[in-house]
Amino acid sequence: MEAAAQEKIISVINEKFEGEIIEATMLTDFFTIIVKKEQIVDIISHLYHHPDTKFQFLTTLCGIHFPEQNQIVVMYQLHNMVTNQRLRLKIFLSADNAVTKTLTTVFAAANWMERETYDFYGVIFEGHPNLKRILNVDEMIIFPMRKEYPLEDQTREDKNDLMFGR
Amino acid sequence: MEATAAIAPAIEKEEKQYSYLNLGPTHPATHGIFQNVLKMDGEVIVDSQPTIGYIHRAFEKLAERRPYNQITPITDRLNYCSAPINNIGWHMTVEKLLGVEIPKRVQYLRVIIMELARITDHLICNAVIGVDTGALTGFVYMFQQRELVYEIYEEICGARLTTNIGRIGGFERDFSPKAWEKIHKFLKEFPVVLEEFDSLLSRNRIFMDRTIGAGGISVEHALNYSFTGPNLRAAGVDYDVRVASPYSSYEDFDFVIPVGKNGDVYDRFMVRQEEMRQSLSIIKQAMKNLPEGPYHAVVPEFYLPHKEDVYNNMEALIYHFKIVMGETEVPKGEVYHCVEGGNGELGFYLISDGGRTPFRLHFRRPCFIFYQAYPEMIKGSMLSDAILTMSSMNVIAGELDA
Repeated sequence: MEAAAQEKIISVINEKFEGEIIEATMLTDFFTIIVKKEQIVDIISHLYHHPDTKFQFLTTLCGIHFPEQNQIVVMYQLHNMVTNQRLRLKIFLSADNAVTKTLTTVFAAANWMERETYDFYGVIFEGHPNLKRILNVDEMIIFPMRKEYPLEDQTREDKNDLMFGR
Repeated sequence: MEATAAIAPAIEKEEKQYSYLNLGPTHPATHGIFQNVLKMDGEVIVDSQPTIGYIHRAFEKLAERRPYNQITPITDRLNYCSAPINNIGWHMTVEKLLGVEIPKRVQYLRVIIMELARITDHLICNAVIGVDTGALTGFVYMFQQRELVYEIYEEICGARLTTNIGRIGGFERDFSPKAWEKIHKFLKEFPVVLEEFDSLLSRNRIFMDRTIGAGGISVEHALNYSFTGPNLRAAGVDYDVRVASPYSSYEDFDFVIPVGKNGDVYDRFMVRQEEMRQSLSIIKQAMKNLPEGPYHAVVPEFYLPHKEDVYNNMEALIYHFKIVMGETEVPKGEVYHCVEGGNGELGFYLISDGGRTPFRLHFRRPCFIFYQAYPEMIKGSMLSDAILTMSSMNVIAGELDA
């Protein structure tokens, strides 16, 4: 994305949400903005309706767990199909109290994506119409994609993975 | 079932008596394992509640423990009707992270494979739409053609369904003369079969009456539900990743993006039919203009060396050991790469922290995203149309559940 287009997106956000942007960078070929968590849905809604941006397509949404910082990132990828611009927004939540607002008010597609994020990371999306587990069994008590849950049972003694790291 | 219990208490309050029907989890007409609890008023669907996750295999978690080249077999099992697209999409994601320059010949060979995969994906979907409307002949006829494509895969990589085709950096070997022969044979035979199949269904009065107006979705809804691929194009948006953000030299080829108008079953069928013809044209162009050159890029840290080099060359032996043991490290970074899969935008969101495995890998699975519109699409329609809607959306359980 060219520098002019990046400035434009930043200025559109600053128009209404001054001081919400924490950091804006190019990651490989993808423009990424980290914003404060409180007004994320309003910012996305603003980018949706503003004539200069019109990010009206939600490509994907997912969580990322950073155990050292004890934080969970929720990543939103937006797309403007007319100008073919893509934008990634990130918010940082505390892993102990991962609560944010739901995006289903803007995009219907966010429904299952948020359920999946809840299912695997335990992020609570306030106002979601049906926030329950989607891929895992309902009886599950953990959020399995968090880094503290290992892939295999660590109490097993019959497998020595010291050499091969698996 | 729990889902039934969620709807059932409403019965007592309502004066009208509704019946509840479990469609699935295993039912031959759902082409995979999904459950839908349908609330029915006679033959008409009033409401439905889908349950998914029956074949969830924790791919995103598995990927966090696997070296990069071992993730390829996982991607096979997403959309298993067009596994090579997933494989090559993943290879390209890693190449983007590594910043590897891929030779032109590899890109063209990849295009050929990916378009063959797209044809198999679409032909299964369209043949199954035929089955669900009661026309079994076309299905059997088209499945023979899929066999021909699988023989091509077999000639190139040795596998058929879950192909694990290619490697990071290119292909494991150049296409053999026999593989080319089989591709030529397919290109000669398939168009005839495709047109015959087309003439069986596309202007068939019974088929048209059955599919036109069934399971439709408007453009606004389709976009709001993040539809991509043939389902979005059937609704009337000409969005195709191959054109919007070209990868693997798709900008070199001339092709048309077919679009529909109503987004109903018939439009989806017609869009897929036309896409198969376009894919054939792309394959022909790629074969005609196929550049000479190596069949893999120079990425010794990821591309498994030839066996004779391993035995005769010290560096090759070291790299062989490192790759097999999964000890190669990659640069830190964050990439998103998307390809046009059989069902739409198949995206790979990869975060690397510099270790031997990804820190986080998220698959943008088109099926998972558009299947949530299914209850809305079948509301008010007949049960038989619901079956048809599902098969025409081409919901693949593997991609849905990851």
